[in-house]
Amino acid sequence: MTAAGVPTPGWRAWVLLAPLLAWVGIFVVAPAALLLVYSFCDRDELGRVVFDFSTASYARVLDPIYVGIFARSLGYAAATTVLCLVIGFPVAWWIARTPAPARGRWLLLVMVPFWTSFLVRTYAWIMILKQEGLLNAVLRSLAPGTPPLELLYTPTAVMIGLVYAYLPFMILPIYGSAEKLDGSLLEAAHDLGAGPLRVFSSVIIPLTLPGIAAGALLVFVPSIAMFAITDLMGGAKVPLLGNVIQNQFLQARDWPFGAALGVVFMALFALSYWILVRFQDRGQEGQR
Amino acid sequence: MSANVGLRGVTKRFGAFEAVSDVSLEVTAGEFLTLLGPSGCGKTTLLRLISGFEQPTSGTVWLGDTEVTHLPPYRRPVNQVFQSYALFPHLTVAGNIRFGLRMQGVGDTEARRRVAEAIELVSLAGLEGRHPHQLSGGQRQRVALARALVCRPQVLLLDEPLSALDAKLRLQMQLELKRLQRQLGLTFVFVTHDQEEALTMSDRIAIVNRGRIEQLGTPHEVYHRPATPFAASFVGETNLLTGEITGGDGDLLRVRLEGGLEISLRADRWPAGERRALVLIRPEKVHVNPRPAALPGAFEARIEEEIFKGATDHLVLATRAGTRLRAVVANESAHGDILHAGDTVHASLHADDIVVLPA
Repeated sequence: MTAAGVPTPGWRAWVLLAPLLAWVGIFVVAPAALLLVYSFCDRDELGRVVFDFSTASYARVLDPIYVGIFARSLGYAAATTVLCLVIGFPVAWWIARTPAPARGRWLLLVMVPFWTSFLVRTYAWIMILKQEGLLNAVLRSLAPGTPPLELLYTPTAVMIGLVYAYLPFMILPIYGSAEKLDGSLLEAAHDLGAGPLRVFSSVIIPLTLPGIAAGALLVFVPSIAMFAITDLMGGAKVPLLGNVIQNQFLQARDWPFGAALGVVFMALFALSYWILVRFQDRGQEGQR
Repeated sequence: MSANVGLRGVTKRFGAFEAVSDVSLEVTAGEFLTLLGPSGCGKTTLLRLISGFEQPTSGTVWLGDTEVTHLPPYRRPVNQVFQSYALFPHLTVAGNIRFGLRMQGVGDTEARRRVAEAIELVSLAGLEGRHPHQLSGGQRQRVALARALVCRPQVLLLDEPLSALDAKLRLQMQLELKRLQRQLGLTFVFVTHDQEEALTMSDRIAIVNRGRIEQLGTPHEVYHRPATPFAASFVGETNLLTGEITGGDGDLLRVRLEGGLEISLRADRWPAGERRALVLIRPEKVHVNPRPAALPGAFEARIEEEIFKGATDHLVLATRAGTRLRAVVANESAHGDILHAGDTVHASLHADDIVVLPA
């Protein structure tokens, strides 16, 4: 690539890049390196990090308890991704196919939740789901005498919280792909004998795949590490990876183990990112 | 010959707007029929009624002996070449062409053979593995054509497929389309706003204006015997003048045109019982001579404007009395008589070349 047309950057380019490089170095590379170093360390009885080489923390990661938590976290993240996709795709598609002025308004509604704090919104869900909450009040007025639903502090509540929190991150990238999709392609597919289902599977899905992949990545990765929702809405009854890591650093004071969990998580993240980017590349090849 | 496409009493309204008003049209099998009209005249709506993307508000649509009025597009044995080509960007050339066969469930070997055939037909050999974004406009056009033809439609619908091509390529594609249509014996329904395109390719032209078909006929009929002032002015250039009978003499009538020029024309062309009518004279039918000519009905005129267009000279003539006529003359020789604005010339008209329409 450097041979033709792409000049080697001169010193001015490095000066211009310096702030960005410093930012990446200080806030991305250094903490990750620190995490990696800690993960191979030991700790003393007081919880201080002792700098000698040990793989004990990684051995503990393989403990069935933690493997179970990893698996559960992946399961919750996968379920969140699938639910966000199932709910988000039709919404994104519908918004993208809405005529211009109304489209902007619907898009704005998708983004309105970002205007308030995430924690405030999570507490709002608690108010809705709790036993004397809004949902049960509505149910009681519709069907008096039914026993109230026990939703809060259950896995269902955690799923509701996760899907709610990450839905916009699925809708927006899919919207981006769907909005670019030329309507005459759908007509061409119909014209060539494709019924509605075939149009969906052979034209709409392949052409919105970049958006789906981006959305899946944006939902899947952060929902593995989410701990606030599991704490607040799950009542800390279903610990996920994020909760365990948070505990190791703040309560158990076992930084090397927390770091090892973090490194494994980063590796998982890198893997899923790699898979999805490959997906995306294949989709984009056709979009150009 | 059997009718292949039939629109019977079709009206299509979008809200309060009537895009198509009570149109009846039969397209003969194996015919190249062009729907010609300005943008917004309803020609594309007519095409979409045949392809099934629109349903008529009233009336019926027929393919052969089958009524298809309410059949969705994917159940109609009709294929369309879209104005923007609408090629699938995620599929290769071969994948695009194969799409329709896949949807019809055509077997693998059969599909491969037909795709190869179609690629051969439109001269795209060697480009099978490319994606649409790697093709030129003309090549995309061919892919769109092959993709529709490979399905062996009963009728091929073409929605201004050449409008995105440059002039030279467009001319080449016009001839190629016509050749394909003859070779395959297929029925083509072609939509365009370009009268030259329509004249070049069509067996018959339907001139569409304000949701109605103003005239349906061969290119010759449409050009030489326009049925309405709109048809006359949309296909080719024309001098459109009001005329009034001043006298008669056997088969010929004396008619005074607006501005005062008196001409003779055939009495049987004049609408019976009318004193006034519209007189249509094609500019190339105005014969211009630098020297006085001993022709019946010759008159003197001054050249007001002269526009040199290479093969032809376009003139605006004004007669003594004040009638203005456009004329087109061939440039026969660079050394011959050169016409200039301000010159006085002698013009004549042939009674046979003049078309008269009720005012």
